[in-house]
Amino acid sequence: MSIRLAPRWALTPVPESGAERLARTFRDADRPLFVPYVMGGYPDLESSARHAAILAEHADIIELGIPFSDPLADGPTIQAAGQVALDAGVRPWDVLAIAEGLKGGPPVVVMTYFNTVIAHGASDFLGRAADAGVAGIIIPDLPVDEAGDIRTAARASGVALIALAAPTTDDARMQEIGEQSEGFVYLVAVTGVTGGEMTMDDRLRSLVDRARRHIPVPVVVGFGVRTPEQAREIGDIADGVVIASEIIRRIGDAPDPAAADAMVEQFGAGISAALRA
Amino acid sequence: MSVTMRFGPYGGRYVPETVIGALDELTAAFERYRDEPEFLGELGELLGHYVGRPTPIYRARRLEEAWDLSSELWLKREDLCHTGAHKINNALGQVLLAQRMGKQRIIAETGAGQHGVATATASALLGLECRVYMGRTDMHRQRLNVIRMRMLGAEVMPVDSGSGTLKDATSEAIRDWVTNVEHTHYIIGSAVGPAPYPEIVAHFQSIIGIESRAQMLDEVGVLPGTVVACVGGGSNAIGIFRGFLDDPDVALVGVEAGGEGLGGLHGASLAKGSPGVLHGSFSYLLQDPDGQVAEAHSVSAGLDYPGVGPEHSHLRDLGRVTYSNATDEAALSAFLECSRREGLIPALETSHALAYVRDSAATLAGPVLVCLSGRGDKDVDQAGAALGIDASA
Ligand SMILES: Cc1ncc(COP(=O)(O)O)c(C=O)c1O
Repeated sequence: MSIRLAPRWALTPVPESGAERLARTFRDADRPLFVPYVMGGYPDLESSARHAAILAEHADIIELGIPFSDPLADGPTIQAAGQVALDAGVRPWDVLAIAEGLKGGPPVVVMTYFNTVIAHGASDFLGRAADAGVAGIIIPDLPVDEAGDIRTAARASGVALIALAAPTTDDARMQEIGEQSEGFVYLVAVTGVTGGEMTMDDRLRSLVDRARRHIPVPVVVGFGVRTPEQAREIGDIADGVVIASEIIRRIGDAPDPAAADAMVEQFGAGISAALRA
Repeated sequence: MSVTMRFGPYGGRYVPETVIGALDELTAAFERYRDEPEFLGELGELLGHYVGRPTPIYRARRLEEAWDLSSELWLKREDLCHTGAHKINNALGQVLLAQRMGKQRIIAETGAGQHGVATATASALLGLECRVYMGRTDMHRQRLNVIRMRMLGAEVMPVDSGSGTLKDATSEAIRDWVTNVEHTHYIIGSAVGPAPYPEIVAHFQSIIGIESRAQMLDEVGVLPGTVVACVGGGSNAIGIFRGFLDDPDVALVGVEAGGEGLGGLHGASLAKGSPGVLHGSFSYLLQDPDGQVAEAHSVSAGLDYPGVGPEHSHLRDLGRVTYSNATDEAALSAFLECSRREGLIPALETSHALAYVRDSAATLAGPVLVCLSGRGDKDVDQAGAALGIDASA
């Protein structure tokens, strides 16, 4: 009797890449995605892991910050949170362990600065991120024209290299960013660093419109989004919304860990509801 | 001619997307005006009649004697520049570019305060609004320059993050630029930062080397055997080195901050660092294994920086320039010796270069030319405290 073997590719399908996973996430949702940010190690490692797990119940993608000593794109809130983590000795691998704990939930993208990625070698770093289940990486000090080698390493490890666009990015560059970016493009809503406050005005509307016209992948808007109303306004015109500093600020203001957990739960549920409305 | 964006593997533009357009605009402006007669005329006029260029070279015979030098010691007198250091060469060049780009607001970082004073001065001269970021630690140790900047009409913003020194001030200045980039020009004070800054700063400082080379040939009759300059970010050093890079027989030495000694805290990025990215460029950097940038230390605020300009990293790898260092203690004693032997109170930064010459006297090919990058008025409080000299009656 003959046994018919299934072809090998059918038994072990090529694992889905981070970019594919992110693409599927956008495709499957018929509404704007909620992308909350958690700084790994703030206020401490366990709390940040817990906050990420709580947010995972409401979020479509989790953005996990790996602290860096000199975060040029961040305002005082995220700077200070990262410093708390670094002062406690938090290392990149500790944050990747948080990502690992979120496997099975929404895709995780890590956000960190270029020097963190290259310190141990980009392939090594990205390989470890991929092993932890990380779907994508955002490097705010790595503009597309400097990304060559890293893009190759990211492709090889299956981690999507997510590029940023800004209000000062012209049309031709938007196009280039759109072509290079994997998973989505992170559109910075304000000319500035994180932690400010956006206002929904004609300028922002035309920015998002311009980005969507030139960028073929989904456009997620962040920097300065603080309230459910603002999230909904962004959700009306973009594919997703990142909320970062506001969550950190609220965690910092909470009187104790239980209150912080409750606040994260309530805030996450509120934004998620606003984006489903 | 295009603008150099990389020096070997070093340099690049590792900055948020928000300022890429402004870097492109600056690159284009620099390319357009660098050799334009009207721009050169205006800059030349200012350098000649406002700054006091060319600065002389001066033979320091009493130091030769005190240090038992077998060769002549010449000092390129950048301390005689208006505002007291070489920083004004760059500040004026960049402020003229800013004016042509239609930018109304100027920002800068400063460590020793000399770049802040130079930028405040240039901004006052051109009627531009000016804000200078300065670490709180540096505001204390370079108090005199804080007062000068404020008198010149600049706003001095204290920076408390990190150790409150030059690295932190630079990060804050970049964040301001990211936020206000549409109407603000950032005048970076050393040959560091994202491209095209390292090339622009080196270009405006290269006047030091161009003048020095001609002066050595004219007045001494030979090229120097060794050229020595202190290295913080590396602007005075690259400025003087560029005059001699193509003279293979001229040895070039950059002197970094040895701080407490290389076993302790220091600012010797090229001696003890490894390549990484800080403030927008890939260059040698003091960092931990995870790439977290380390805190530097130096008695001199201008050398208290964990990074260094990318061109220096390249020159180090090529072996064209030798990088050495001098400790706080060595610099302080050289500071006093230069003051008492020559009647020249040098900046603490510059004192590192002098200390190197003193401590390596036997091995240096002569004549030795040192870039006397600035005067030490700003340092009298701090050096006085360290050396036990005060104003008590
Ligand atoms: C007099 C003087 N020399 C040297 C330096 C170091 O800077 P650089 O290495 O860019 O010349 C400074 C910086 O503040 C300075 O004030």
